Amino acid sequence: MTATLVVVGHGMVGHRIVQALRDRDTGGRWRVIVLAEEPRPAYDRVALSSYVDSWDPEALALPGNDYAGDDLVELRLGDPAVRIDREARTVVTAGGVEYRYDALVLATGSRPFVPPVPGHDLPGCFVYRTIEDLDAIRAAAERARTSTAPGRRAAMVVGGGLLGLEAANALRGMGFSPNVVELAPRLMPLQVDEGGGALLRRLIERLGLTVHTGTSTESIQRDGDRLLAKLSNGTELDLDLVVFSAGVRPRDELAREAGLEIGPRGGVVVDEGCRTSDEHVYAAGEVACLDGKVYGLVAPGYTMAEVVVDRLLGGGATFPGADTSTKLKLLGVDVASFGDAHAATEGALEVVFNNAVAGSYAKVVVSDDAQVLLGGVLVGDASAYTSLRPMVGRELSVDPALLIAPEGAGVGTGVGVGALPDDAQICSCNAVTKGQITAAITEQECADVPALKACTRAGTTCGSCVPMLRQLLESCGVEQSKAICEHFAHSRAELFEIVQSTGIRTFSELVTRHGQGRGCDICKPAVASILASLGSGHILDGEQAALQDTNDHFLANLQRNGTYSVVPRVPGGEITPEKLIVLGEVARDFGLYTKITGGQRIDLFGARVEQLPAIWKRLVDAGFESGHAYGKALRTVKSCVGTDWCRYGVQDSVTLAIELELRYRGLRSPHKLKAAVSGCARNCAETPTKDFGVIATEKGWNLYVGGNGGFAPRHAELLAADLDTETLVRYIDRFLMFYIRTADRLQRTSAWIESLEGGLDHLREVVVEDSLGIAEELEAAMRRHVENYTDEWADVLGDPEKLARFVSFVNAPDAPDPSIEFVERRGQRIPVGSEERGSQPALIAGPKLEVVNS
Amino acid sequence: MTALVERTETWVQVCRITALLPERGVAALLPDGSQVALFRTYDNEVYAVSNTDPFSEANVLSRGIVGDRGGVAVVASPMYKEAFDLRTGVCVDNPEVSVPVYPVRVVDEWVQVGLR
Repeated sequence: MTATLVVVGHGMVGHRIVQALRDRDTGGRWRVIVLAEEPRPAYDRVALSSYVDSWDPEALALPGNDYAGDDLVELRLGDPAVRIDREARTVVTAGGVEYRYDALVLATGSRPFVPPVPGHDLPGCFVYRTIEDLDAIRAAAERARTSTAPGRRAAMVVGGGLLGLEAANALRGMGFSPNVVELAPRLMPLQVDEGGGALLRRLIERLGLTVHTGTSTESIQRDGDRLLAKLSNGTELDLDLVVFSAGVRPRDELAREAGLEIGPRGGVVVDEGCRTSDEHVYAAGEVACLDGKVYGLVAPGYTMAEVVVDRLLGGGATFPGADTSTKLKLLGVDVASFGDAHAATEGALEVVFNNAVAGSYAKVVVSDDAQVLLGGVLVGDASAYTSLRPMVGRELSVDPALLIAPEGAGVGTGVGVGALPDDAQICSCNAVTKGQITAAITEQECADVPALKACTRAGTTCGSCVPMLRQLLESCGVEQSKAICEHFAHSRAELFEIVQSTGIRTFSELVTRHGQGRGCDICKPAVASILASLGSGHILDGEQAALQDTNDHFLANLQRNGTYSVVPRVPGGEITPEKLIVLGEVARDFGLYTKITGGQRIDLFGARVEQLPAIWKRLVDAGFESGHAYGKALRTVKSCVGTDWCRYGVQDSVTLAIELELRYRGLRSPHKLKAAVSGCARNCAETPTKDFGVIATEKGWNLYVGGNGGFAPRHAELLAADLDTETLVRYIDRFLMFYIRTADRLQRTSAWIESLEGGLDHLREVVVEDSLGIAEELEAAMRRHVENYTDEWADVLGDPEKLARFVSFVNAPDAPDPSIEFVERRGQRIPVGSEERGSQPALIAGPKLEVVNS
Repeated sequence: MTALVERTETWVQVCRITALLPERGVAALLPDGSQVALFRTYDNEVYAVSNTDPFSEANVLSRGIVGDRGGVAVVASPMYKEAFDLRTGVCVDNPEVSVPVYPVRVVDEWVQVGLR
């Protein structure tokens, strides 16, 4: 007999209930119907503010939120429950569908509280809760941007709590000057105390936000296209839009109408088993009122979800109480509060370090005998949070002042993870204790962080405990394997050392003498890259050819339909009209799709393997050479307009960019390398996202290293300032060669610098001060690279043996792959099949109709 | 493999064995328009599987890197890097997926593929 569970609400908690039930109910006792009000399945609302980075709702989607392939779950999106009939045990949706339930869980969450200020419902007033809310704010921001109304763009956020500050940050990102209005005398009144609040305000105002505390909004009025807000302290604000973020209220209306017991300040009253006054109805998350409290955090909601599921399966789990600790980075400012942050416990003592110069504030709250840690507040530097939070409620073995004493004060800081007792909670989002984690390591043989995440769920929600997971792995004696793959027990850096010191120059010899098996798609290209970095001739010479990834093997970039793209080098992004015309002619004659790249060159797409030599013959004849877009190698050195033309430039960025690109072209490295040179501090070449970036100063050049865009963007940091050109080039030589020798496979410079013991400071010592005494060796290696450089494509065109590999079929060398077909979009050819991803273009040509001019 | 070879009646001569680089593949076009990926491993074994990568549906498997997983000869698709067992065609990373394998033999230095 299958019983029916109806889950009302598909937020984070609703999703967790379904997930946990389906995980544990292996016998299929329950089938689940989820009624969701929002049009999309559960997403990570905690990370809502990150939506403004990508505007991609998919980036917030919670894993497994569509229950695809699970016949026991039915998810109804955009059809909220509107009525519960407890007697008949049915629930009716807005769409008029009726479901009978054996158990019902209310997981409706909360709604934003909008204070009844006159004008709160005018157009231009928003709340901050859902993806749709943010889309609406964005649309209004767009309208404000394009409107001709006078005045600079300004916004007001009502509420200076956690969410209010996040909203203010999002508005700042959209180009507004945000005002934050908070009724309490300080920001984040629930989490931080007066001292922390004062520092927080200073740090946040420094970022261009205006803070109004201890005041309320009196009225909002229409003023033409704009809004005029009056505050109770007399301030008047001329605004484009208003966002209310003044707390939330439980969405308990369904429960009220159904006659369930409601808490004095809202919320559906539940017992410690999360059951409401009706034994068939549960409530979990922000809608539930437990022990008179409504929790507005996801961690207690997740705990309630687990309790509900345990009860549904006949268990007796109870809600153990919640940890309301918070740690976050707001506008780059670390804020953390945990336990009894406000010293509300009778007789509690506070120890405070307030460093106004460094911009950090730390407080711990201890019991009256200073023996037990009760809570604390950290602002500006919250690094002690991960080790302090699990200590709450425990006997201290040290002077409380030592817990937060600043580094360099002559005392040890904080407490190590080893000192924590087994029942200390490491992951508070998922309630995982140190004991559970060490058991997973020692008994279930979890050997790395991903395994621990899969096994215990620790670190899967906010991620702040991941460093602790690593420490626990180490303290249990699990060495993090450096083996590059099953064929070598060495790291890439170790393999580099072996190849360099032994003089081995073939993969076969290396794997026979230092590895096992025959290699794979991980170690072969890694060794090929090492051999190339050490100058071992053409990358397609002899056995090396078999090691290369398809991109390096055909010296072009594989695209999704099996064709390749071609990117000739355009040093510094400077190109003559004649060469531009050649690119256009080649693209036209071979029917290639063209697109300008971010690295200031032109990408030609859709070339088949057997076409590549003919294409490159034309390009090489016109003076082009390989751009190495296909290799883990230097890509481009981008430049700005430069002093020849720009009114503002202070140094000749274009000439330097061209020199650097020609110097490092063809340099193989653990990952791709991108660079840029800007002629003044306006930085039009966008150096912060480059592996090395150079910005002109009045006195010379500043060198920045370790930036990257992509999946985990990071800004480059200053390595050395005001360098003359010769010193600059020397430092870049050293930096690149040191990276090539010591980085892991596919490790960008940013992650490499992070992994160095001592980080950027250590790198500076090696590169600038030559602390390891290897500078001369690194420079010599780079000299060899520069001297031995030849164009890979010109070499191939001059070598019949290599050219012979560029065929479509071994038994029909010039026959085009019949499966490659194109359609037209916006006047160019794209792979057939693309129409499923967008609008429907018409089929124009298979391979046989192609015009090939060679 | 033996049984498969015995059932095969039609063999297509594709190329000389010397056209295959050790530890690398080539593509060949069969009379019915289908494409086969041929590989020669370091020990001079020759394998033939469909050239179509089932994950991208592009005809690219012949351009993958050849190697071993736990001693079993595999090719890693150049598109999304899934490895396929060259003997059986089964995807090592996702055993529910596989590519067709073809009978293959070397006769007087010529590589021949059996039609299926």
